Amino acid sequence: MEPRAEEVPRKTKILQALEDQNTSVSFEDPLENDMILNMGPQHPATHGVLRLLLRLDGETVIGCVPEIGYLHRGYEKLAENCTYHEFIPHTDRLDYLSPMNNNTAYAIAVEKLLDIEAPIRAQYIRVLISELARISSHLMFLGSLAMDVGALTVWMWAFREREKQYDLFENIAGARFTTSYTRIGGLAQDVSSETLAMVKKFIDELPGHIVECEKLLNTNRIFLERTDGIGIVTREQAIDLGLTGPGLRACGVGHDLRQANPYLVYSNLDFDVPVYEGGDALARYYVRMAEMRESVKIIHQVLEKMPAGEVSAFKPKKVLPRKERVYTKMEELIHDFMLVNFGVAPPVGEIYSAVEAPKGELGFYIYSSGEGYPWRMKIRSPSFVNLQSLPTMIIGCMISDVVAIIGSLDPVMGEADK
Amino acid sequence: MNAVIIDKLKARFGEQNIEASEFRGELTIVVPKDRIVEICRFLKDDPDLEFDFLIDLCGIDMNTPVKRFGVIYNLYSLTSKYRLRLKTFTEEQEPKVPTVTGVWGTANWHERESFDMFGIVFEGHPDLRRVYMPEDFEHYPLRKDFPLMGIPGSIPLPKNK
Repeated sequence: MEPRAEEVPRKTKILQALEDQNTSVSFEDPLENDMILNMGPQHPATHGVLRLLLRLDGETVIGCVPEIGYLHRGYEKLAENCTYHEFIPHTDRLDYLSPMNNNTAYAIAVEKLLDIEAPIRAQYIRVLISELARISSHLMFLGSLAMDVGALTVWMWAFREREKQYDLFENIAGARFTTSYTRIGGLAQDVSSETLAMVKKFIDELPGHIVECEKLLNTNRIFLERTDGIGIVTREQAIDLGLTGPGLRACGVGHDLRQANPYLVYSNLDFDVPVYEGGDALARYYVRMAEMRESVKIIHQVLEKMPAGEVSAFKPKKVLPRKERVYTKMEELIHDFMLVNFGVAPPVGEIYSAVEAPKGELGFYIYSSGEGYPWRMKIRSPSFVNLQSLPTMIIGCMISDVVAIIGSLDPVMGEADK
Repeated sequence: MNAVIIDKLKARFGEQNIEASEFRGELTIVVPKDRIVEICRFLKDDPDLEFDFLIDLCGIDMNTPVKRFGVIYNLYSLTSKYRLRLKTFTEEQEPKVPTVTGVWGTANWHERESFDMFGIVFEGHPDLRRVYMPEDFEHYPLRKDFPLMGIPGSIPLPKNK
């Protein structure tokens, strides 16, 4: 293969962007103190393959250009070549720390396009798994933020709890990480009462373990000094940059889709949306800790209120039939053949459907041309949009604060790079 | 609410420029591309509408001879908790749309992504670079004429020694 001739302009293009970026600090530099530091993509504190180009004046960051795309797998292109059912396993690989949320978000989006609804028991189970996944994601946040600022014990404790959750997910979906649990119009299978008892035991014990972690951090001088007043983003900046999720709620905006535009059965459940002022790393930590408690509260109510019944809607031409019926009934065999080979064909139209994922608003925009494959599917991933606010938070901070800020933003590159 | 939005836009920008449709309760408004910035600013600043959040911006390839590429703006209002979708189209030759980064800062990366994937050029964008693909990549992967398995040789691999 020919050697690339554009090697030189390529390098300068990135640097050019760094220099063009309008920063509040002057670039006039008679002593030539500025230094360009390349952080990532292989760096333990960047939570995946995130690359930051930092412009430093001494230890102060005066310019920051994030570079993403190292994990780009082209899921939007793949989606255009998959039937709606076939795409479900791919949603696991978006935010791989809370695959259940992605499964749920995708199923709700396609159901909206098809104009069907999952049975009420399935909706309660979806809330249950979404909240379990939220706790799982926030525990990961807790562990990694604490480790980024030097507290290793919290990481171990958070992962001990996550390990218990993976056992729950294995019992619920049959897989620990890549769950692929929801189906269009329902769920893959019902949850047994033994599993529900395990969930009950887990959430009864969890608040105690959260308190244990908080005892290590909340009054810890090192932790507070590393996070308090670090990475500030104001309310106006956050809205302008499209920040959603805990990052937005840490700026004093009480926006949570579970209450603003309730989906599933969230309107039947009683919970609060924690809001903190400050917009710094510490506030983002407080919001997530409070959210874990709210999730526990929601799961308690779900366990009480969950009715018995079917977990798949009865829409033979749209929802995959149960396997045992496919093997024994002619009608179901035909429907299964049609759904698997040609896909469910929604009418021509477009929808946008979003849920409150642990990191923010996870949305699916689907344009259907009436065929078995979506014509266009756009994944509005919260991490991608949240990462955009990184320069605003980082500029003016010290180089050692960069890891704390990335940790407090909690991006997942699988989702940001799609 | 849908009727209010349509009426306001029609009164302000003229009947012929606003083409509204509804599907599953979601309002989609197709607008001409040369007025998109004006319309976005109006939707953001009007005290009754206040679409202060640009949730998502994405491109679409309709694969038609005219108006091949589209840009879709999903808006959200924090006050009324209401959603609205704007759409605008551009031609295959010179796919250019004015940027809305001046209205919502978040449009920056979204527009870079649409440029990367469809080759839609956002005029006036402060930093229009590719966001996912390598900078020297010559194709636009989400266009319908780009094959699913990629184009062999389009990404140079390291040489075997």
